Parts: sequence; structure tokens; C-alpha cells
Amino acid sequence: MFANFDFNVIERSWYYLFTTGLKFTLVLTFCAMAGGILIGTLLAMMRLSSNKAISLLATGYVNLIRSVPLVLVIFWFYFLVPYIGAWIIGASEPIQVGAFSSAMITFILFEAAYYCEIMRSGIQSIPRGQVFAGYAIGMNYWQMMGNIVLPQAFRNMTPILLTQTIVLFQDVSLVYVLGSVPEFVTSAAKIAQRDGRLVEMYLFVAVVYFVLSFLLSQLVKRFQKRIAIIR
Amino acid sequence: MHYNWNWGIFWETSPDGIPYINTLLIGLEWTIATAAFGWIMAMVLGTIAGTVLTTGNKWAVRLATAYVELFRNIPLLVQMFLWYFVVPELLPEAAGNWLKSLPNASFVTAFLALGFFTSSRVAIQVATGINALPRGQRMAGAALGLTPTQTYRYVLLPMAFRIIIPSLTNEFAAIIKNSSVALTIGLVELTAATYSMREFTFQTFEALTGATIIYIIISIIALLVARFLEKVTAVPGYITTGSAGSGGH
Repeated sequence: MFANFDFNVIERSWYYLFTTGLKFTLVLTFCAMAGGILIGTLLAMMRLSSNKAISLLATGYVNLIRSVPLVLVIFWFYFLVPYIGAWIIGASEPIQVGAFSSAMITFILFEAAYYCEIMRSGIQSIPRGQVFAGYAIGMNYWQMMGNIVLPQAFRNMTPILLTQTIVLFQDVSLVYVLGSVPEFVTSAAKIAQRDGRLVEMYLFVAVVYFVLSFLLSQLVKRFQKRIAIIR
Repeated sequence: MHYNWNWGIFWETSPDGIPYINTLLIGLEWTIATAAFGWIMAMVLGTIAGTVLTTGNKWAVRLATAYVELFRNIPLLVQMFLWYFVVPELLPEAAGNWLKSLPNASFVTAFLALGFFTSSRVAIQVATGINALPRGQRMAGAALGLTPTQTYRYVLLPMAFRIIIPSLTNEFAAIIKNSSVALTIGLVELTAATYSMREFTFQTFEALTGATIIYIIISIIALLVARFLEKVTAVPGYITTGSAGSGGH
């Protein structure tokens, strides 16, 4: 069955793929995780705000992003970001931003909607009495959130946030549709097509993704057991 | 900032000789067909794998775990490539050629990939649902003289499914969205139709808005159906996990 296969293509290109494509994917994953959790937390606080307008704005955004496929969101931001850039600096022509910046903005804003839902349930799981206690000892909203609610919400939600990050790591492969961002699948596909070795290359990509995602999810599982709060 | 809005573009004729709005609706049909076939596969395989995960048989559990981990840890895009480019080469030559020459090869590969991918997620939901049931239910089944198969068939699975309906509707919404990944293997579903409309007309934002609105309508319908199903099937006294589940795509 493997008689016609030539795995030399992997031997020739694995170093390049790991140091450019995979590195790029991991960097994008990490930045999108950091930015996504930050903005997602802000969105979650907005959703839970008692101000109707702020809460509706955040709810609308989260529901919009969550009902549209990631591929469509990638296209949206790829075409929209140049116009937003022009609008911000007042230029008359769309600003050409690289596919990298576009992908970065896309993933931060897309994943923020998913992280938001996780953080929202984290914040809601903190007993209301703690919030009242914070106010009662004279804290303002930000002190109460920053010192009481958010630290506990993060602690409770860390495993789910990390699991979502593994999903994000796999999702990054979809920037393939832009064709111009050097992430792992795109670079592998380019080499595969150049050398006419699709089968070997895609098997290799699948193995790398499987090993990394599997190891990461095992780590999260261990971590989850370690920080589990006994109730 | 120059952008010439032209909302009339949807009624102009595309190179296929039909208005662009119809191009999008044909794309929508492919989206729904792919999601529906994939969903049926995912439910059947996912229920089997999820049930096996909760049986006591050590080797069966290992096998089901391996199945779930295999399809969960490879990105959907890569799985599509595997089914489209790799599997036909791994099969005996005759079967491979037959698969490649199917008239709708990309549709078949797309729903196969989606079906297997989603089945691993459904399996976890089903297993969670069964494990959430009190152990007494299994024992009660045994005490009544039901075989393990009958216990699953008449007691555990019906209860488990009613508990996990919210997370299953989430998965259903996800499979509709995930079907857009099939554009990478040449299936002209809704997102791909939008992209081709953009390439012909350069009316980028009208095309993307059109698709976005269609996706939003689908998700609102899914939400309403989910609420209805949850209401009708709710098990009194059981707290469900809630529709707004976290994670996923």
C-alpha cells in the first residue's frame, strides 16, 4: 500500500515547516489566546453590566460572531480591516495591512466571543454575597471585580479556557483560506503541491496536529485535577 | 474611503445566468445538505461510541476512547484534506478511483469528514449524559431483569438524550457553521458561493453581508427549535446544562 509513497518530502521539509509554519501557528495561537481572553473578559463584564445599552452591545456582538462560521469571519476582517484602518487615520484609500495583522485581529476578536461566554459563566458562578461584601467594605466596582470576582472566575475557568485554546490552535489552520498567511497547513500544502506529494504531506500534518493537541489536552486534564476545588 | 455600495447586486445576473441571490441560495442548499448528512452520521456513530465509553468492558472503552481522540485532535480542515486527497490513495486502487470519480466527490468527502469529526464530539456528550444519570437507574434496570442492552435501550439512553439536548443543539449549530470548511475542497456551499460572488462583482461587503444574514437566520431558527425541544423533552427535576454551552468552534 505504501509502495508508491515517498516520505523523503517530509525529511526534506520538516525543519522548515516547524521553524516557519508551526512556529507561526503557535505564535498566532498564543497572541489570540492572550488578546481573546482579555477582550472576552471585558465583553463578559459588559454583558453582565446593569447598563442596558452596554449589555445589549456586547450580547449582540457575541451572538453575531457565534452564529457565523469562522471562515466567513476571516473573510470579513480580511476585507474590512483596510477600510477600518483608513477610517481611523482619515485616509481616502483603504490601508493595505498584511494578511498576518488581519489574521491576528480576526482571531483575537473571534475567540473573544467564545472566551466571553466562558468568563461569563465563571463570573456568574461566584456567589452574589461576595459582590455585596466587596461593596460593603467600601470597594468600588473595579476594585471588587479585580480583587474578588475575576481572580476566582479565572481560577474556576482555567481548564475550560485552556480547552478552548486547544480548539483555537486547531482553528488557526483555517487561515489557509487566505492562502497568503504562512501558517502550518498553508506552508505544508504549498510544499505538497510543489513536490506533488499531497498524501505524504497531509498525513504528516495530521500526525503533528494530533500529537500536539493530544499532549496539550492531557496536560489540561492533569492541571484540571490539580487545581480542582473540593466542594 | 471609496466604497460603492450597490445592494441591487443580488438581483443582477451572475455568469451562471441566474441572479446572485439564487447563487447564494443554491450554496445554502449545499450547506444544509452537507450538515444534514454529516449530522445523521455523527448521531449514529457518536451514540455508539458514547455508549461504548460508558460500558465496563476495558478494551471496548479503550477502542472508543481512541476513536474519539483520533477525530477530536486533528483540525477539521486537515481531516477534509485526509478524506479528499489521502484516503483514495490508501484504498485499493479500484475503490480509490471510484471514490475520486464520484460526481459529487467533494460533497461526499465533506459530509464524511464532518460526520466523523462531529461524531467524536457527540460521543463525549452522550457519555457525559449517561454518566450524569444516578447509578441506581442502571441497577434498577438489572433488578427488573433487563439485559444491559435493554437497560441502555429503554432506560439510560432515552434519559441521557433528554438531558443533553442543549449541548446537542450546540453541536448541530456547529456542524452547519463547520460545513463552510468544505470550500477548501471545492464544495460550493454558502460561504464559497459568497466568495465567488465577490470575485465576479467586487461588491465584497454586500456579498458577505448577504451570507452573514442567512447564517444569522439559520442560527435563530436553530435556537427556536432548540428551545422548543428543551421544553417538550425536559425531565422534571433535572437541571440541564443550558443552551449557551461554552467552547467549540
